[in-house]
Amino acid sequence: MKYVDAVQVQKRMNFRLIVNTIAKIIFFLSTVFGLVVLGILIYRVFSDGIGWINMDFLTGKLSTDPEKAGILGAILGTLWLMVVVAPVTMFFGVGTAIYLELYAKKGKLRSFIQTNIANLAGVPSIVYGILGMTVFVRALDMGNIVLAGGLTMSLLILPITIVASQEAIRAVPNHLGEASYGLGATKWQTIKNIILPAALPGILTGAILSLSRAIGETAPLVVIGIPALLIPFPGSIFDKFTVLPMQIYYWTLDSSLVEEYAYLASATIIILLLVLLLLNTTAIIIRNKFQKRY
Amino acid sequence: MAGAMTAIPQAEVKKRANIEVLRTLEQEKEVVFDTQNLNLWYGEKHALRDINLDIHEEEVTAIIGPSGCGKSTYLKTLNRMVELVPSVRTTGVIQYKGKSIFDKSLRVEELRTQVGMVFQKPNPFPKSIYENIAYGPKIHGIRNKMILDEIVEKSLRGAYIWDEVKDRLHDNAYGLSGGQQQRLCIARCLAIEPDVILMDEPTSALDPKSTLKVEELIRELKKDYAIVIVTHNMQQASRISDRTAFFLDGEVVEYDRTDVIFNEPTDQRTEDYINGRFG
Ligand SMILES: Nc1ncnc2c1ncn2[C@@H]1O[C@H](COP(=O)(O)OP(=O)(O)OP(=O)(O)O)[C@@H](O)[C@H]1O
Ligand SMILES: [Mg+2]
Repeated sequence: MKYVDAVQVQKRMNFRLIVNTIAKIIFFLSTVFGLVVLGILIYRVFSDGIGWINMDFLTGKLSTDPEKAGILGAILGTLWLMVVVAPVTMFFGVGTAIYLELYAKKGKLRSFIQTNIANLAGVPSIVYGILGMTVFVRALDMGNIVLAGGLTMSLLILPITIVASQEAIRAVPNHLGEASYGLGATKWQTIKNIILPAALPGILTGAILSLSRAIGETAPLVVIGIPALLIPFPGSIFDKFTVLPMQIYYWTLDSSLVEEYAYLASATIIILLLVLLLLNTTAIIIRNKFQKRY
Repeated sequence: MAGAMTAIPQAEVKKRANIEVLRTLEQEKEVVFDTQNLNLWYGEKHALRDINLDIHEEEVTAIIGPSGCGKSTYLKTLNRMVELVPSVRTTGVIQYKGKSIFDKSLRVEELRTQVGMVFQKPNPFPKSIYENIAYGPKIHGIRNKMILDEIVEKSLRGAYIWDEVKDRLHDNAYGLSGGQQQRLCIARCLAIEPDVILMDEPTSALDPKSTLKVEELIRELKKDYAIVIVTHNMQQASRISDRTAFFLDGEVVEYDRTDVIFNEPTDQRTEDYINGRFG
């Protein structure tokens, strides 16, 4: 007698195919759910804000008068913030990941550090704001400048960057490293020439996601004390600044006083989305450039 | 006197003379690796027990034995690659050209430059064919483009793959077939100009034709290198090797000239294994 009975297989086949289709529908619906919500959001934002976007808005200074208000200061602030956050996060994030994955001995200490990094990723962002306030703004006496804000943001997104980079490094097949060691390469030569290039696309994907988070985050900057209005444009990382999401926050907050502020907030959201798109595209292009090498 | 001469039959005289010839031949080939009482543990697992083996210059030494008997482990001990596994502990002595490889003053990077390795699965880097070969010389500090070009060509020729790849040196190595990739890896190993080449089942992922090519290559290479090859293929061992070591459960059961191992092994287990009765 055969164990796989043809008649039984036939009978169950219909059922199996139905389950197969249901699975597909469930996954499709979950995608649709996200897309629909996103679509509604974008539609609302655009219908409210698109009319307010013009050259004056893009290049103007902040102002209490909705007709005169511009957000160049906030755009520059966001970009300057990234000038600090991107390199600091990449350096310390990837550095930590390399140490943990490739140097640290597997043991209690390592898993202790590992668990704590994972926990830090879940700490509310406002706590990082308090940390930044205490350390950078007060103890190091920087004041609420781009550098202080950037370092605070870096701390906030560091855990995510570390974990993502670790995953990417772990995904590099062992046999590549072995081939390099087998040729007499040192550990650092192997990491630099073989492991990092192979892990880079994954590392950049993680970095893109965490930098996007930093661009949209407000809470830590609220704690550090970002001025609500009327400051000169920041020209370096040592200047005071505001960022796009802060501007959205203040305008939304005050929209009960001045109705037009709500539209300005929407317009700023559009700009924020564009900045995100721009940065992400750049990162993706860099990533693909490295991927093509293989 | 004459009586004594005739007491030894002519055939016996000849045989002794042959043995003498063999002995002298043997003496000519220098020992590159001298392993004495090597023991190795992965954590609690005792993977190699009291290994004693000599590897000779200009010879192919085959290591055979059933799966899990420690062949790869022994091979990786010779260039200390096995230490990449953190739980590994060793005792005993391995001398490479008269110097202990476990000596504190020895740098593993230097050892691995002189003792190259080819792995079971072809493992080219995700780079161009050219970059794969140039990688070794580059990490050892060669920057001159002309010298690199020369090394690349020489190594690819040495591995008999030059004609197949000379028009696509800057294409990705992953575009090569499995057999070509393995010969590329051999060429990559030749590029660091080692004295010994360790090969861990280099043909197990290849089709018969590529296998023969690699075997031919090994026969060619032994003129200049000492080669240690792990293989599951008995015919292969008998075809290409001068000496064969039979491993079983982390021990060397028998080690002798290949024709002896395959024709008149002294240990019953060796005979059973090479005749496919177990393993
Ligand atoms: N990294 C490791 N950690 C723990 N045990 C290991 C490790 N690598 C190998 N071993 C064990 O050591 C023994 C010898 O392994 P080894 O890989 O040397 O066998 P092998 O003779 O090469 O086998 P095969 O012919 O299947 O490749 C096996 O029992 C294996 O389970
Ligand atoms: Mg093996």
